[in-house]
Amino acid sequence: MALLQITEPGQALDPHQRKRAAGIDLGTTNSLIASVRAGVAETLADEQGKHMLPSVVRYTSGGIVVGDEALTEAVNDPLNTIVSVKRLMGRGINDVATLGDQLPYRFSATESGMPRIETISGFVTPVEASAEILRYLADRAGATLAGDLDGVVIAVPAYFDDAQRQATKDAAQLAGVNVLRLLNEPTAAAIAYGLDSGSEGVIAIYDLGGGTFDISLLRLRKGVFEVLATGGDSALGGDDFDRTIAAWIVEQSGYMKPLASEQLLGLMIASRSIKESLTDSARVDIDFDRNGVQFKGVLDRATFDDLVAPLIDASIKACLRAVRDARVEISEIHNVVLVGGSTRVPQVIDKVAEYFGKAPLNNVDPDKVVAIGAAVQANVLVGNKPDDEMLLLDVLPLSLGLETAGGLAEKVISRNTAIPTERTQEFTTYKDGQTAMLIHVLQGERELVTDCRSLARFELTGIPPMVAGAAKIEVMFNVDADGLLSVSARETSTGTQASVEVKPSYGLTDEEITSMLQASFEHATKDANQRSLMEARVESGRVIEALGNALAEDGAALLMESDIQTLQQAIEELGRVSAGEDHLAISEGTELLGRASEEFASLRMDAAVRKVLAGRNIAEVDKDI
Amino acid sequence: MDFNKNYFEIFGLPVDYAVDLELLGDRFLDLQKQVHPDRFAAGTDHEKRLAMQWATLVNTANETLRSSLPRAIYVLGLRGVELEDNPTLPPALLMDQIELREQLESIEDGEGGLKELDAFRQRMQKTIKQVQAEFKEALDEDTEKAARLVYELQFISKLMDSANRLEEKLLDY
Repeated sequence: MALLQITEPGQALDPHQRKRAAGIDLGTTNSLIASVRAGVAETLADEQGKHMLPSVVRYTSGGIVVGDEALTEAVNDPLNTIVSVKRLMGRGINDVATLGDQLPYRFSATESGMPRIETISGFVTPVEASAEILRYLADRAGATLAGDLDGVVIAVPAYFDDAQRQATKDAAQLAGVNVLRLLNEPTAAAIAYGLDSGSEGVIAIYDLGGGTFDISLLRLRKGVFEVLATGGDSALGGDDFDRTIAAWIVEQSGYMKPLASEQLLGLMIASRSIKESLTDSARVDIDFDRNGVQFKGVLDRATFDDLVAPLIDASIKACLRAVRDARVEISEIHNVVLVGGSTRVPQVIDKVAEYFGKAPLNNVDPDKVVAIGAAVQANVLVGNKPDDEMLLLDVLPLSLGLETAGGLAEKVISRNTAIPTERTQEFTTYKDGQTAMLIHVLQGERELVTDCRSLARFELTGIPPMVAGAAKIEVMFNVDADGLLSVSARETSTGTQASVEVKPSYGLTDEEITSMLQASFEHATKDANQRSLMEARVESGRVIEALGNALAEDGAALLMESDIQTLQQAIEELGRVSAGEDHLAISEGTELLGRASEEFASLRMDAAVRKVLAGRNIAEVDKDI
Repeated sequence: MDFNKNYFEIFGLPVDYAVDLELLGDRFLDLQKQVHPDRFAAGTDHEKRLAMQWATLVNTANETLRSSLPRAIYVLGLRGVELEDNPTLPPALLMDQIELREQLESIEDGEGGLKELDAFRQRMQKTIKQVQAEFKEALDEDTEKAARLVYELQFISKLMDSANRLEEKLLDY
């Protein structure tokens, strides 16, 4: 039977099949996955038609349960049911202690200081729990899109530091998901509204979720998003609205005794649905009678507004500070985007409109807007829209630095520096005969080491003994396009070189990831060999296709006929090997083809750069001195 | 790929302290649209590595040329003048800097607060403009003088950092 090929308008038809790409909003309370289908980005539902997946993972003796089913059991089985795992990502065991007694888990630490939770099926790190959620979502997408995903974009909060970003990427690796890019959540929301192709200016993203409030100010300049400032309140959200209503009901009922937890739970559930009704109705009839608390009456919009006004005012105050932080005027803010389910509350919309002096954008579902924006970006990155000009140049969210004498943090790369980037700082020894140096990598804006986040600590040894100040130690910081850091150090004055690559504290070592991957393969139904074969074929197919396209486009212009033939033969050869069953041979062939085409890739890059600079005249203009 | 090009050549700009920021911004974005790693998300490993190197170079070059102080240091470097970590400076310059520090401290302790701080910063902006103009002139005639002016700009830049921190303190966050 012939299959119909459906393409988007303006989209080049084959020979290249559309890739399967998705955007993931890995939220504290709920997670979503979205994909661009027939030109429209939309979130994907499970078999019951539900889009939102509660970010809850329950470990049982019989296996792992994710989502609604896990959430239902959270009350009965709190020790084995991990909720709000996002708060633990990239955190050390000591950070977890400061998160307070809200977490019922039995914590212990791995060797690298990463917290792990003791469950009925063994120790679980936050990265592993997150990987379960990602795997669940990826499987849903695989089923909906009829095939494994080629790549995903995962949205992360703009204020996520290096350790939190790395943890998110580690989780994706564990889940077997290919991450095209980590994307800042507010940037994703802006993309969902198509603001990347709109007018230049400042965009405010007001994100009121279940438990947290975030405000971000982005500047769009010549197609580049820059995060100007982020702020918010990690303990302000829609749950507080519910709590306020619950307290009001209790007060109205005249119930005086302290509330038991199941009474509170019942009240919270009722209050939430009252709040939701008040979005569309001016008044709600309440008939509450549970666990000894009795109330029959009416809550109207005006009373509700009075109840929650202090909460909304607190969020506006945070906006004020962020605006001042960003050093922008309110009048410069061209667009305000609402994110998070709690922004459905009419008074929130009114007060945001009042403060920013313009009606906020809210026609995209505020629960889905981040996942949708991530999906749009994933679709571009995976190569489905080759003519798309959209490019997001991200900036480093928090400054990176090193500890210097006296417990002070010295900045090496400051926040809002465009990434990818690299910076080399030179240090020297302070004692005669010193042969080692401690390198302590920090992230944050404050001056004292203790106020910054410690990312990694390592020692550079093997410095030849010299007088103080004679050794030259170069510390090099490399930040990739996802904002992830690697640091290396070497002594250069004598030609003796020692260099160390570091991973963030509390991160997973490569060995840990490997062993976790092996463990998960053992549980998986597909056998490891089969999986390796599939992965090797995907990779070889990717390289064959990329090189084939490149040859078609630029081969004739840049290469001699004999070189083109050599490459084409190599492509055919890899195609033959890939049809076989030997995944090692396929990987080797892929690597070989990659290496054979390196020269061509370099020539193409040079040609692209030359094209930008060609045929331009420099006009007489005002110059900056 | 030619990593030996200087930062001006990367953007096809004349090697000059005076820079057309509009043009720099345009070419920066045009170049990134060609070389950014996102353009090679589906490419080979070698392409990804190349893209990362290029994008990093273009970013670094842009950051250096975009702001006047790093650009001044870079232009001096192209003329073979390396700045010292602890240069010997004319006493008058040091006295001026101490005086300015004291002014900033008195703003911190005084009643005028933000208003005085703003006035202070405006005065400093004016000074920066003057020193920059002197630097541009000195660059062709007297690189030693040019280097001294860069040291002065470094002082003022650190002073402005302190002024900005003071603002945060006065605003209470």
